[in-house]
Amino acid sequence: MDVLLLSRLQFALTISFHYLFPPLSIGLGLLLVINESMWLWTKKPLYHQMARFWTKVFALTFALGVATGIVMEFEFGTNWATYSRYVGDVFGSALAAEGIFAFFLESGFLAILLFGWDKVGPRLHFFATCMVAFGAHFSAVWIIVANSWMQTPAGYHIVGEGLKARAEITDFWAMVFNPSSMDRLSHTLMGCWQAGAWLMVSVGAWYLLKKRHRDFGLASVKLGLAVAAGSALLSLATGHKSAAGVAQHQPAKLAAFEGQFETTAQAPLYLFGWVDEKNEKTHGLAIPGMLSWLIGGDTQTVVKGLNDPAVLPDGRPPVNFTFQLYHFMVAVGFALIGLAAWAGWALWRGKLETSPLLLGALTLSVLGPQIANQAGWWAAEVGRQPWIVYRLLKTSEGLSKVVSANHVVASMVMFGVVYLLLFAVFVFLLNEKIKHGPDEADLQPTGKLALGFGGGKTKANSEQ
Amino acid sequence: MNFGTLDLNTTWFLLVGVLFTGYVILDGFDLGVGVIHLFAVKKDEDRRVFLNAIGPVWDGNEVWLVTGGGALFAAFPMVYATVFSGFYLAFMALLCALIFRAVAIEFRSKHPSPRWRACWDVGFAAGSTGSALLIGVAMGNIAWGVPLDAEGEFAGTFLGMLHPYALAMGVTTVALFAMHGTIYLVLKTEGELQERVRRWVNPLIIAFILCYTIVTLATLLYIPHITEAFRREPWFFGIVVLVVLAIANIPREVSRGKEFFAFLSSCAAMAGLMAIFGVGSYPNLVFSNPFPEHSLTAFNAASSQKTLGIMLTMAILGVPVVLAYTASIYWIFRGKVKLDKTSY
Repeated sequence: MDVLLLSRLQFALTISFHYLFPPLSIGLGLLLVINESMWLWTKKPLYHQMARFWTKVFALTFALGVATGIVMEFEFGTNWATYSRYVGDVFGSALAAEGIFAFFLESGFLAILLFGWDKVGPRLHFFATCMVAFGAHFSAVWIIVANSWMQTPAGYHIVGEGLKARAEITDFWAMVFNPSSMDRLSHTLMGCWQAGAWLMVSVGAWYLLKKRHRDFGLASVKLGLAVAAGSALLSLATGHKSAAGVAQHQPAKLAAFEGQFETTAQAPLYLFGWVDEKNEKTHGLAIPGMLSWLIGGDTQTVVKGLNDPAVLPDGRPPVNFTFQLYHFMVAVGFALIGLAAWAGWALWRGKLETSPLLLGALTLSVLGPQIANQAGWWAAEVGRQPWIVYRLLKTSEGLSKVVSANHVVASMVMFGVVYLLLFAVFVFLLNEKIKHGPDEADLQPTGKLALGFGGGKTKANSEQ
Repeated sequence: MNFGTLDLNTTWFLLVGVLFTGYVILDGFDLGVGVIHLFAVKKDEDRRVFLNAIGPVWDGNEVWLVTGGGALFAAFPMVYATVFSGFYLAFMALLCALIFRAVAIEFRSKHPSPRWRACWDVGFAAGSTGSALLIGVAMGNIAWGVPLDAEGEFAGTFLGMLHPYALAMGVTTVALFAMHGTIYLVLKTEGELQERVRRWVNPLIIAFILCYTIVTLATLLYIPHITEAFRREPWFFGIVVLVVLAIANIPREVSRGKEFFAFLSSCAAMAGLMAIFGVGSYPNLVFSNPFPEHSLTAFNAASSQKTLGIMLTMAILGVPVVLAYTASIYWIFRGKVKLDKTSY
């Protein structure tokens, strides 16, 4: 295999593995803020117990996120040196902003969130929780700004020619608010909220299924489901807006998403299908005119296809692969909305705990957002090919010139082994935590947290 | 934006230096704790005290590396690209060591089995020692100079980087971090354990001074461009005197029982060492050996003036806030380590 393919595979491996964790931290971060504010508001010890339990899970996801995140920052330089020289002026500043404004905030206040329970008062602890969640969200802002600039570059000019050419910022805010950054940020954050929320639902549902920790399980399902349902619907709205933006700014990518070869009005929307790339035909079940209507609000809207003279110079991403990833993401997204509706209805009718089928589905729901997040990002990144920076720099031109295929094979074997081990340990520890369950002693806040809570005398919990 | 007479390139040379200095001072002590972790104590509870001494802060400390790397990427993209791709295998090994270490800290105490804990103890110690060694070797190569071609691309090999000077610098860094970490542990422990840790301070200071002397001699003999900088500006020599005084002050403060001042002295010594490194290198970021004219400097490897200006605004807005809450967090977690149920 050549060094290009190897480097791309390595990047895909390391970023996909990394991306299992930040969405959980972002989603759980939000849930921790809601959870802890509920505790401060109602002073119900159950919410304190939940905050303690979910903080531990958060710590686990955060640790893995940091460990695998450092790799990402190194990898731009190690494997994509030419790209780094080309975009450093622009991409580098977004990355540096992420470090200065977001990472320090997150990791600094994490200390109080995890270890400060008995050292600081409830309000300061709540403030720390907010700062950690804010930092997690803010870090998503900068990294998505950086990535979106690679999709729809703006606020730059090119200096130098040939090998010496590189992008330089001309307008910082135009770079930050490039045409796709806010659409993609909102859609990504909804995916992250779902990742955290469905994890909470999943663990709660599992306890209900096993008839353990009933109060804790039910409260977790309710809190998680509220956020999951909201963000699942918002995923739909932000996803729609994002796709319309792709149609406008990256027509080749949208054509690949939908397997559209010819430019046409009344473009169909495929529910599922298969793209025959050789004969340039897409087979499957489609709603006629629906794609045109979604993009332009009118079935007569013209949608550009891959063979359009205006699109051709952009090159062609792998069409069927992109099509399948995109449709898979959409399908999982709809399934999650359906699941949220089913669970919401059952909860309202008081039938949630008596339906093992529903509880089983909810227990598995944690996989949904993870799969959709991965498929969505793969579609977004593969759909940009053959460009690493859209219409400016080809992926094949971004490589490190001094790194050989043997180097990449060596590092890939290393990452493969280390990440397998990491994943095994993560799953093992998460499983231990969930099996162990919430700590009964946490129903009684201790240390400074107990101040102002009437000594923390609570009614005995009858569960377990 | 105009920030006075100091030009932006030099300012960013300084700021990147400050970020990496922050990194070696802060992560230096927690890597150092890892270096002596296996040797200084054997009991599980003592090892947990070691881990929890760095528990709330090591994560934040590592962010200095991430931000330093980000700042290097943004301010000097040519340097970032050349060094990270040129030192490919070394950096992959560093990543492996850092990941192992992070995971070992996080997971060691999550399971009571002695074998589980023994495994992660080795992971923590090996990861910490390996990271310190590789950081030192990388710095040794930057000081010695690396072969660069006319395009500013690395033209050497991985094995070529493991020359005696770089290795000596690696060992010196391990000794320095071990010394620094041990002093930090004296600050964070009490009673019998503190006595045990205290006994490690002087031997580690001696070990570091021995290594440091050898590296300094080698620098004077073999690296003329660094000595040249000191010959041009003799007052820079004052930094060297300050470093020696700061190190000499450490045993004095330890024996007086003023652990905090001992730790501050150690921090000052490290800041001084980084300053010597910076002064000796300026304006080179990557010195090219054998072709000095191919060197990457703060001027030929930098981003545009506009970007350096934007980033300076960010640094002025962000860094004071970062320093303020980092200091408050260290304040909240001041004092001796007490194990409780949130501990590692």
